Amino acid sequence: MIENIRLSFQGVWSHKMRSFLTMLGIIIGIASIISIVSTIQGTNEQIKRNLIGSGNNTVSIKLSQGEYDYEIAYNGIPNGVPVISESTRQEILALDEVENVALYTSRTYADGVFYQNTALQGANIYGIDANYFDTAGYIVRTGRQFIDSDYTEFRKVAIVDDVAATALFQDANPLGKTIEINQEPFIVVGVAQQSEQFEPVINSIEDYYMYTTESSGTVYIPSASWCIVYQYDEPQNVLVKAVSTEDMSAAGSKTADILNTYVSADNSDIQYRAADVLETARNLQELSNATNNQLIWIASISLLVGGIGVMNIMLVSVTERTSEIGLKKAIGAKKRRILGQFLTEAAVLTSLGGVIGVGVGIGLSEAINRISGTPIAISVPAAVGSVIFSMMIGIIFGLLPSIKAANLNPIDALRHE
Amino acid sequence: MILKMEHIYKDYIQGKMIVPVLKDINLEVEEGEYVAIMGPSGSGKSTLMNIIGCLDKPTKGTFLLDGQRVLEQKDNQVASVRLRSIGFVFQNFQLLPRLSALDNVALPLIYAGIKKRERRKRAKLALERVGLGDRLNFVPNQLSGGQKQRVAIARAMVNNPKILLADEPTGALDSKSSHQVMELFEELNHEGVTVIMITHDANVAKCAKRIVDIFDGEISERSRKEEAV
Ligand SMILES: Nc1ncnc2c1ncn2[C@@H]1O[C@H](COP(=O)(O)OP(=O)(O)O)[C@@H](O)[C@H]1O
Ligand SMILES: [Mg+2]
Repeated sequence: MIENIRLSFQGVWSHKMRSFLTMLGIIIGIASIISIVSTIQGTNEQIKRNLIGSGNNTVSIKLSQGEYDYEIAYNGIPNGVPVISESTRQEILALDEVENVALYTSRTYADGVFYQNTALQGANIYGIDANYFDTAGYIVRTGRQFIDSDYTEFRKVAIVDDVAATALFQDANPLGKTIEINQEPFIVVGVAQQSEQFEPVINSIEDYYMYTTESSGTVYIPSASWCIVYQYDEPQNVLVKAVSTEDMSAAGSKTADILNTYVSADNSDIQYRAADVLETARNLQELSNATNNQLIWIASISLLVGGIGVMNIMLVSVTERTSEIGLKKAIGAKKRRILGQFLTEAAVLTSLGGVIGVGVGIGLSEAINRISGTPIAISVPAAVGSVIFSMMIGIIFGLLPSIKAANLNPIDALRHE
Repeated sequence: MILKMEHIYKDYIQGKMIVPVLKDINLEVEEGEYVAIMGPSGSGKSTLMNIIGCLDKPTKGTFLLDGQRVLEQKDNQVASVRLRSIGFVFQNFQLLPRLSALDNVALPLIYAGIKKRERRKRAKLALERVGLGDRLNFVPNQLSGGQKQRVAIARAMVNNPKILLADEPTGALDSKSSHQVMELFEELNHEGVTVIMITHDANVAKCAKRIVDIFDGEISERSRKEEAV
């Protein structure tokens, strides 16, 4: 067997050009499949990473009107949606899938944030409770978090994120600076940052596109102080941290169910809704899989053509080597051995094609990544599978020529010359 | 008795015509004999040798080789009879051009399932035996006709078969090389190998102890030298 493999390699080497041309179909097929699979995997992983927030496992449950977030800024406080009480928060926290719960009010695209004459364009303003940073996976790196007295004394203090800090203060130290929110002065007491190098938590496709462009700065204030710049009794949104990524969907929908038992709005469209990130991720991934699976089928045709090419060359090779086969049979080689020899040759040829194809495919993926920035992930199982698959092509398409060789009549074969 | 043929017929079918090539061949060969089968071109010598060598089957007749009814055996069994009992030498050598002399000689040992080191050792010995101990790594292209035929003889003998079958072994050789080949055959026969040689050349046939004439597919015994056993 090892002898056969060695001789097969010799054979491939002694007909370099012919072997290469024979392998070309396999090389092209495998290379396309590898690059397609790498692109699919890369895109999928990016989608998953971005949407799920790389292990942060937070889900936001927002008050919605139909398909969209309910806009308090435009529509005012809705009827029949009560402020979420501490007991409701405890009810949510008691869910098996939930690790932490935070309540917050928010405004996006706000334009009332200034430091001296510098405006924070399209700011996000959050009125947060004491659980918010833990739940969202943020830490306050410089300065301090909000403390109890900030809440009880309605202090006008603020925490900014990195983006807001840079936009407002450039390189200067933000701590102790007074910023203006809707004409009210707030003192910056801390700068918040994600606790690990998480990708941003993205809850929808819209967010996904927003984050992939550029995210605007965020300013956090204590929920108690929210009414100073906005209104009393705004219904909050909820942020829950699920126990695991798999629990995110359940944590989100169960939280929404609890919240909705208290909602009795005139407009039945107004409901709490969990952003089902896993579902969104899956949909996006399926979309990318579906388009690319078609490409794999097309690449497979190239493999089929490659296989037929191998069969053709093997048939030629059997005819060329009729007298060799005859001699081997005459001196005592059994059918099985001749069969094995030619099958090994075909398999070595196509496996080699597969290995080269994987190499070319990886190169191609890297090139695609460089040129178009498409994320890629080289899949080891796909690479190994491709080589095994190529070998199988060799065996399948080599079978007919090998059987032909094994069944040659030794005298006909010897007389051939 | 190592070979016993009774009423062997061989017809070839050419288009719609049946061409009888061997007609009622009866031949017995004892172990250790040296037989030349002699006849003009087209008389059916190769056809007869292919049947003796189990490469082809007769149209009818019975045939015993080394005690085995090869006609009734399956392909794989016949292959192992060829492997163990017969060594072949052909007019055109039939060496594999890509393999060295050593690898050519070692080929039957692969089929006999012998380990690589042992194969090399035995192939080297066989080549030394035919006087080519200094040509082990030469490929056939680098050898003269006589040397090639001696490599072929080494290959035929490497597995220690009982019978050496040679079809026109000197047909492509000059007289000096022919002479060397004949000497080798005589030595091998002396060691107990049964030699069956086919030739159209009366001078070559004379080397054998027994000559069987074949003419138009029919054989006739000519002379039998006194056996000096
Ligand atoms: N495969 C075959 N098909 C048809 N006729 C054949 C075949 N092989 C040999 N013959 C015929 O059988 C006869 C004997 O051939 P062969 O045994 O090769 O003779 P020799 O070896 O004595 O020269 C020839 O007439 C040849 O044409
Ligand atoms: Mg002949």
